[in-house]
Amino acid sequence: MDFRDSPAEAEFRARFRAWLVDHNPGLPASSTDDEYWARQAEWHTSLFDAGFFGVSWPTRFGGHDLPVVFDVILDDELARAGAPPRPSLGYLVQGITTHGSDAIQERFLPGLISGRERWCQGFSEPDAGSDLAALRTTATRDGDEYVVEGHKIWTSYSDVADWCLLLARTDATVAKHKGISAFAVPMDQPGIEQRPLRMINGITNEFGQVLFDGARVPAANMIGELGEGWRLAMTIVSHEREPGELGYVARYAKTVKELSTRVAAARDESVSESQLEAVAWAHVQTEMLRLHVCRRLSERLDGVDHGPGGSVDKLLMTWVEQDVAAAALALAGPAAAIDPDDVALKTYLYSRAQSVMGGTSQIQKNIVATRILGLPPEGAG
Amino acid sequence: MDTRDSPEQAELRRAARRLAAQLGPKTVADLDDATRRTRLASAVRDAGWLELRDDAGNGSPVASGVEAAIVAEALGAAAADTALTGVLLAGDLARRAGVAPDDAAAVAMAADLSSVAVVGSPTAGTRPVPDAGGTNALALVPNGGAGWQVGRVEVSVAAGGTDLTRRVGTVPAGSRFVQLDGSRTLSDGDLSAWRALGLALTCADLVGVMRGVLAVTVEYASERRQFGVPVGSFQAVQHLLAEAHCLLEGSTSIALHAAWAADELEPGFAYEAAQLAKVYSARAARTVCETAVQVHGGIGNTWECMAHVYLRRALLSTQWFGDDAFHLRDLARGRVGAL
Repeated sequence: MDFRDSPAEAEFRARFRAWLVDHNPGLPASSTDDEYWARQAEWHTSLFDAGFFGVSWPTRFGGHDLPVVFDVILDDELARAGAPPRPSLGYLVQGITTHGSDAIQERFLPGLISGRERWCQGFSEPDAGSDLAALRTTATRDGDEYVVEGHKIWTSYSDVADWCLLLARTDATVAKHKGISAFAVPMDQPGIEQRPLRMINGITNEFGQVLFDGARVPAANMIGELGEGWRLAMTIVSHEREPGELGYVARYAKTVKELSTRVAAARDESVSESQLEAVAWAHVQTEMLRLHVCRRLSERLDGVDHGPGGSVDKLLMTWVEQDVAAAALALAGPAAAIDPDDVALKTYLYSRAQSVMGGTSQIQKNIVATRILGLPPEGAG
Repeated sequence: MDTRDSPEQAELRRAARRLAAQLGPKTVADLDDATRRTRLASAVRDAGWLELRDDAGNGSPVASGVEAAIVAEALGAAAADTALTGVLLAGDLARRAGVAPDDAAAVAMAADLSSVAVVGSPTAGTRPVPDAGGTNALALVPNGGAGWQVGRVEVSVAAGGTDLTRRVGTVPAGSRFVQLDGSRTLSDGDLSAWRALGLALTCADLVGVMRGVLAVTVEYASERRQFGVPVGSFQAVQHLLAEAHCLLEGSTSIALHAAWAADELEPGFAYEAAQLAKVYSARAARTVCETAVQVHGGIGNTWECMAHVYLRRALLSTQWFGDDAFHLRDLARGRVGAL
């Protein structure tokens, strides 16, 4: 057991730290400002071109075949430099790697990893949220293509995406989990309409709604077999729940560091004991999550699993995000109740989504209870 | 970076869990079984686990903080009613002072339990001695403003305390302090490193307590039936237990780091790592044990239910070396503003 860097890890850390000195774009936090979303692609390609993105992924797709614990180093250093977190798309890579054919992987992974091709994820629908398998978007075979009809929502980055990883019903005659297939749908076509969503903290560039009306996708763009869409979705969401895959520790550590800096700049008497303790607790929580990610990613040295452990990590991550945001709100005091542009207010409001996106906390608890603790499912006699 | 157990650590973890599960109390009535208790104490002693922090002959401990924490966690999970942490800490303090370990000794603590007792001779006021086994304990006296000297004070041990699994002895007021021959002066750094170990081991115990009480509670919720179904099939109950499991997992990660840091980081950093772990795992353990009482329902509030045995053990481990409030306050004053 060793939490310390190996020589190779230390070298990588030093190299990344030095690179960040000149390449930190100083973007605002993703949770508070549309400017982050507008410039995320630029940040992604900048990291990738310098060899600091997707480092644990296969070399043939643009990665560096490094052990996944190197991601911990990236997150540590990003937070230390106050730089933006790395873009969160490891879960898409996991999904395509696990279910896509060689041809699909070769066609799509390099662009996804390099950031040259932008992706969004068309899973949720207005009537299929927690009950994702109830989705009603259809893909109907027409020669060498499928024709897509339906309505997706909570589609992150849909406005800038080149591709949508779409779940659609290809067979309405079988059980709801079995009739779903996955596709890489080109977004730039007449049958697709974007509608941005304005979230409670005012940002508009992250989430969108996407309407499909006669959109077309080549049959060759199906990811996995016909009817394999549900299994692919479960692979993706199990990783979409992992802070290690998402790089969120850097986001929380950056916020805590900013709060600490604000305390240092404030006159002593203007910061109360309870405000200090809220920030200290945010620090404790963020450190817990950082160390938890170290442990989880170390376990992956034995091989990746797509099991229910991601739900534990998602719940821990949610508590951390919401406590960090609560500390920001506590430290802001009256300013957040008066100024709608207050960053702490925006951070706080954004944090409420963490217990919903990627599967609600209630769904995660169901999964932990039944699949990890082995409790009988609801309704069991 | 690789936080997995080494093969030897994994084997120790298996062995310690096996032994603790075999000889630890399975029911509250088992706590009165003196034969079992003696077998447990002998087995822990024979395994060499009480000596893990003694001097290996070169100034280093026999085993690292990680190995010590592995055993502490295993004993916590079984609510094992035998001394371990206090003995390990006495061995560690003796090692740092360069004196021979005192068989069956524990460490006298300051009245608030946050650190080792610093006494005069004769001592004024009483001092608690968690995990007291024998008739004496280690304590410190100031060394004329430059560090501390280690010595021995008398302990009286009476049966019956909050924790039903570990005894807390008392250094009676007026106890004589006997300096140990050849004791070297302990520095602030020595004490920080020692306290870091103390925090790490009490955190490991709390992680064990959470693991043990959660297992007992999940089993109960799967068997206890109401409305014709196991109560563990109700979402309201499932969500409480799922939250408890997450708190256990988060605590495991942060406590593991504290145990590693105790030997691998400079004393100041090791102490801070341990403080972070204590704040998180003490809060978590309180919630997990309270959940256990709740999920057991009426039975959970009776003396015969194991839930309160774990809760009581958690109360002592929480206070030992300072509770979550103590360390959060310290972090709030000392670290916030300097991160």
